[in-house]
Amino acid sequence: MSTSHGSPHPIGVSPSPDGPFWVVLTGNPNCGKTTLFNSLTGLRARVGNYAGVTVERKEGSLLGASVSRPITILDLPGTYSLSPQSLDEQIARDVLFQRLPEVPAPGLVVVVIDASNLQRNLYYATQVIELGHPTVIALNMVDVASQNGVEVDAAALATALGVPVVPMVASRGQGVENLRKLLITRAQQGPEPREPRSFLELPSEFGAAAERLEAQLEGSFPGRRRFSVAEAVLILSDDKVLQARPDLYPAAILSAVALARSRLEKAGVDWRSAAIEARYARAAAIQTAVTRELSPPGETLSDRLDGILTHRVWGLFIFVGLMAVMFESIFSFAQFPMDLIKDGFDWIASMVGEALGPGDLSSLLTRGVIKGVGSVVVFLPQICLLFLFISLLEDTGYMARAAFLMDRLMSRVGLHGKSFIPMLSSFACAIPGIMATRTIESPKDRLVTILVAPLMSCSARLPVYTVLISACIPNLRWLGIIGLPGITLLGMYLLGIAGAMGMAWLFKKTLFPGEPAPLILELPPYKLPVVSVVLRHMWERSKMFLRRAGTVILGINILLWFLASYPHSNEQAGRLSDQRKELIGLAQASGISVSDLGKSTGTETNSSVVLTDIQQRWQALASEEAGEKLRTSYAGRAGRLLEPILSPLGFDWKIGVGIVASFAAREVFVSTMSVVYNAGTSDSGDERATSSLAEIMKREKRADGSLAYTPLTGITLMVFYVFAMQCVSTVAVVRRETNSWRWPLFQWFYMTGLAWILAFVTYQGGRLMGWG
Amino acid sequence: MESVTPLSTLQAGSQAVIVSIQIPPESRGRLLEMGVLTGTRIELVRRAPLGDPLEIKVRGYNLSLRKHEADLILVRRD
Repeated sequence: MSTSHGSPHPIGVSPSPDGPFWVVLTGNPNCGKTTLFNSLTGLRARVGNYAGVTVERKEGSLLGASVSRPITILDLPGTYSLSPQSLDEQIARDVLFQRLPEVPAPGLVVVVIDASNLQRNLYYATQVIELGHPTVIALNMVDVASQNGVEVDAAALATALGVPVVPMVASRGQGVENLRKLLITRAQQGPEPREPRSFLELPSEFGAAAERLEAQLEGSFPGRRRFSVAEAVLILSDDKVLQARPDLYPAAILSAVALARSRLEKAGVDWRSAAIEARYARAAAIQTAVTRELSPPGETLSDRLDGILTHRVWGLFIFVGLMAVMFESIFSFAQFPMDLIKDGFDWIASMVGEALGPGDLSSLLTRGVIKGVGSVVVFLPQICLLFLFISLLEDTGYMARAAFLMDRLMSRVGLHGKSFIPMLSSFACAIPGIMATRTIESPKDRLVTILVAPLMSCSARLPVYTVLISACIPNLRWLGIIGLPGITLLGMYLLGIAGAMGMAWLFKKTLFPGEPAPLILELPPYKLPVVSVVLRHMWERSKMFLRRAGTVILGINILLWFLASYPHSNEQAGRLSDQRKELIGLAQASGISVSDLGKSTGTETNSSVVLTDIQQRWQALASEEAGEKLRTSYAGRAGRLLEPILSPLGFDWKIGVGIVASFAAREVFVSTMSVVYNAGTSDSGDERATSSLAEIMKREKRADGSLAYTPLTGITLMVFYVFAMQCVSTVAVVRRETNSWRWPLFQWFYMTGLAWILAFVTYQGGRLMGWG
Repeated sequence: MESVTPLSTLQAGSQAVIVSIQIPPESRGRLLEMGVLTGTRIELVRRAPLGDPLEIKVRGYNLSLRKHEADLILVRRD
């Protein structure tokens, strides 16, 4: 028996009486499993990953369980069958087969089935019941079934399946209490041994082959009798499972399977479909036996909605409209909370600055930590809104329609309608987007989607675009609504989409030639989203962004503050300090308080000509000092080192500092530029510190006196940010998802190369057209 | 009148019974597991606005397939 990772665990070991009682929740996608999980566990789920893969592992404690016997519920990824086609399904299968050492043997398996889609859900439920775990069926969505005119007899279903059935409407909490009580009783009683059973009436040749294999499996894995019946049928009919993990079985089993298959082929039995057909025959028979038609099947509300939402004309119209509304509201609704957050961070920074007085520590805390993190956290409202929309699209069932509508376009470049969802999620962040590719069955399609997903303009680019647009793009408006800034922003998003499509097409042609994988996409009935589920989804995803702001980005900000502040030049400091003393002397001679010097000119009602003059000279001095400090700092040196590469793109060394810093994370550009341009302002809250970064950039001049941020520079810089791979976290996730450094490195080089070339074309082309 | 024809040629809204699935065995496993089997009654619900993929109703739920696969599923019209 193999001892490698994931080898089968000895079966029959009951969960330790001291530890929590393990309940595993499983079911088809769209059966309402997550909603049930949420109402069973309340708001405190632990979300993590399974060892070595990025499949989301979600577990929580059952609310209402006794303290002496806590119950842990593990929510498995949605799955259609025990013959996995994706990584998510593979994990679900491995948990149920107890192949993951990190997951204890389940004390109870709850299979959630959708009463309004009984046959296909029974296909999976009977597969799971055959595994012989203590099992309970949660018969969910009985309300949808009765709306469709179908009544499911739960007691008859329990008899047919041989396990308890709890009818419920999880979205409204109906029936959930009965399940909760049942789980608590079962936890106290301990696991209940069950005889293996099979629902299949197999063709006699297939049945005989399965029996022989079952006996052999029992010989090879003593103590696993419970699984053997089901396992024999599964490995006989699924050629992928043995190809993928030959290490799981001894050679004798593998050759027995091969022999059995060739015998079946000679006998004219299709070993791939025999078990599936037998199972569906049984599922259909059970369905007929346990359901009663209250009214003849007609058009459901969902069908009527689909008539509009996937309509030839209206469907596309509504789709484009929805996307437009989504992006428009992300910008307009987020403005107010964003302003609040910004003011909040500024207030904290000024309080800390006042409390500590001038000095390196104060500078580190106010400029490095508070403003740096603040400039990223300020985008939280936008990110929450984006995730809110994506969660809504998913939970209403519209996301599948979006894939349906978009598949034709996606397939033009060799992608899949299912790639649309990861791509759309990548508008929020490439990390969840890349993680969402796990639902794509074909490895080639999945890899291409991963490679191009970061080209979709993620929320981290949004701060960069926003700042650059307000700094560089004139606020021209037509008809009062259509504005140049908005069009520029849309243009950047479209450019990213076009880039992703173009590169996907190129990769499909060159790296992964061959037949496209088939599309098999369920279009689930539309549902009213459950508010708590949507909000929770949104929060879990936004939290990831916040955590990044609190860790990676905070670290980068401190590092950047150091790089932008050190080394201090003594000679420089001496000369400036002399000039400063001179100004203070002048001020004192004119009877002006030193604290007024740092204040902005002309804001005081009693400002005199002398005061204004001294204040202006004081500020000029501060700017000079800031510029000088940055030029001689480590960051300035790095920026200047890169100038030969960046100057063909029209970027100066200060932009270079921003670009260098944002290879860690794009949004760092904003906080870096704040550090770059705020570096020399006085510590009291003067005008420059409180005015936005964009205002400062607008006023920024080059050495020759021309504006540093022209529209062309802004566009070029944005084009660079559309394409460049500037996100350490994405590189890490791609490494994890593809299990090698090869693809993340390839991705980094192709994207960054593309960014430079396209920025070069934009800038030089723009200059040729006379826009420079 | 009985006639065997690819699923992709059905009129939207019409029903038929699958008589044979010509998709290569290696790549049809999931389709079968979703309940699209020989002898199964299906309805072509509609085509996507851009002509592809198709939406079918099978075993009481809705499923989307590309024309490429639907060309290889032969059905008998009622």
